Amino acid sequence: MATVTAPAASDARQTGPKPPPKPRFGVGRALGWAFMILVMIVSLFPFYWILRTALSDNNALYAGGDSLLPVQFSWGGFERVFGIQTGQEAIDAGGAGQPIAFWRYLLNSVLVATMVTAGQVFFSAMAAYAFARLRWRHREQVFAVFLAGLMIPAIFTLLPNFVLIKELGLVDTVLGIALPSMLMTPFAVFFLRQFFLGISREVEEAAMVEGASKTRIFFRLILPISAAPISTLSILTYITSWNEYFWPLMVSYTDRSRVLTVALGVFKSQKPQAGPDWAGLMAATLVAALPMLLLFLVFARRIVNSIGFSGIK
Amino acid sequence: MATPTRPVTPGPAKGARDDTRLALLFILPALIGFLVFLLWPTLRGIYLSFTKFNLLTPARWTGLDNYVRMAQDPVFWNALGVTVYYVVVNIAVQTALALVIAVLMQRLTRRTWLRGMVLTPYLVSNVVAALVFLWILDYQLGIGNKVLELAGVGRIAFLSDSAWVIPTIALINVWRHVGYTALLIFAGLQTIPATLYEAGRMDGASEPRMFRSITLPLLRPVMAVVLIISVVGSFQVFDTVAIATRGGPVDSSRVLQYYIYEAAFNRFQFGYASAMSVALLVVLMIITFVQYRLTRAGTSDLAAGG
Repeated sequence: MATVTAPAASDARQTGPKPPPKPRFGVGRALGWAFMILVMIVSLFPFYWILRTALSDNNALYAGGDSLLPVQFSWGGFERVFGIQTGQEAIDAGGAGQPIAFWRYLLNSVLVATMVTAGQVFFSAMAAYAFARLRWRHREQVFAVFLAGLMIPAIFTLLPNFVLIKELGLVDTVLGIALPSMLMTPFAVFFLRQFFLGISREVEEAAMVEGASKTRIFFRLILPISAAPISTLSILTYITSWNEYFWPLMVSYTDRSRVLTVALGVFKSQKPQAGPDWAGLMAATLVAALPMLLLFLVFARRIVNSIGFSGIK
Repeated sequence: MATPTRPVTPGPAKGARDDTRLALLFILPALIGFLVFLLWPTLRGIYLSFTKFNLLTPARWTGLDNYVRMAQDPVFWNALGVTVYYVVVNIAVQTALALVIAVLMQRLTRRTWLRGMVLTPYLVSNVVAALVFLWILDYQLGIGNKVLELAGVGRIAFLSDSAWVIPTIALINVWRHVGYTALLIFAGLQTIPATLYEAGRMDGASEPRMFRSITLPLLRPVMAVVLIISVVGSFQVFDTVAIATRGGPVDSSRVLQYYIYEAAFNRFQFGYASAMSVALLVVLMIITFVQYRLTRAGTSDLAAGG
């Protein structure tokens, strides 16, 4: 079982123990930095290449553009993605003629990720509260059963879950994509329970003396105190849900429920005969990835500092 | 509300008010989620593996037929072999790289921006990662191949040469995940007391020496946990294959999960697909169990706590 330490509620602000005194400058240090710079270039270059290609003219790419800058600068890729170009214009530019319902996919992605995140985090918090701070018979046994759920790999439940979603008549709906992870994940329950266990009894008892019910304590005390871990979990859940591909691929068949990841795959295979519309594809890729990159820009510090104890997935 | 305020005793004492009803209310949504979308599908998946089922007509019990067929199916064994090959390449490269990155992050600078940059690829989906590298590694137009040509290496058909395809898919996933893994290891490094390094330096130990004698031994439990997570995760490779190669060329990148998907959704053999899922589950359980035992074996020399 993975061990996860239970940091204080103010986890995200701290950066751990003080760094050791800097080692002496030397060749090793220079080599280390050279390696890290290489890692950074490899990490970031594909992002630049997406942007550079998205802003190029697709036909010019095929004509052999070796430039590190956009080849024959053009907004065409983005215009195809957002459906601004007419079918003929798109075909002339090397794209596919069919319109793509980009805004629909974006809306579906937002709906799914929001439903999954809001539901999963809230319901898992409720369960975690019951496991951490309420007293009831068989509490530990029930929790052990929940924890055992961590062992079941996602792949195994996907097929039976698809059958279930089909029986519920939810195939090709946004709800069908969101539902299986909307109510809980064992990890979310486990993660939040760790924090709730760490909250001191005294605060809680003071509230009870003043006549607050346990329900009120959960909403007015436990949830606000745990704002940091809850928002960390929410961000990570949102990113994971946004990037999900396999499950939405199984469940959605039409634009009605198609999310961005699945739509990207469809967009790619729309032109199997000729060369792909690389400019359009990279523009679509950029637009699909951008919301999470922006989310990261805003919450970078919190996300980076929380990876250490959010590790079990 | 009349709730007891005296010190907590484990389990409700006789006659004492406990929170059973409220607790039930609080775990109810999660419990429904657990029973309906985790426990029931698990049991059902095992049941379906003993049936012939195509979604349209009710499942028909066929005993061990699916398992017999699986044992005789060369494509299944090939898929298992391809998956293991992928996992080995992926884990070996990813763990080694992540370890180096984590140690460098600790020894050079602990600036958050550095960790943030390494994590950036993790924020995009596997689909995006696959598409970008499909483009960068394109045989004719890809910048990667142009650089290789300039360097005198010559072009490589990364995703259409059966010898290259699995290492390439592994490297694409390393690109996306190595930062995340590095941060997990980095978190483990933070638990090693800085005083140990100070003492080491006092004794005149070099950086490589300190890495061998301090970092590695104390990091072993963390590494074991990281390995379990990433091995279990990478056995479930699907997205990259589905986008980049669809199992090709021939069967050379037909990983187990992609084969399961094809059996279920292209040929509607849900029973057979379920049986292969059970096989994958068994493999994962064995690996987890073995690694867990190794973790336990490693806890004895853990000074700082995992």
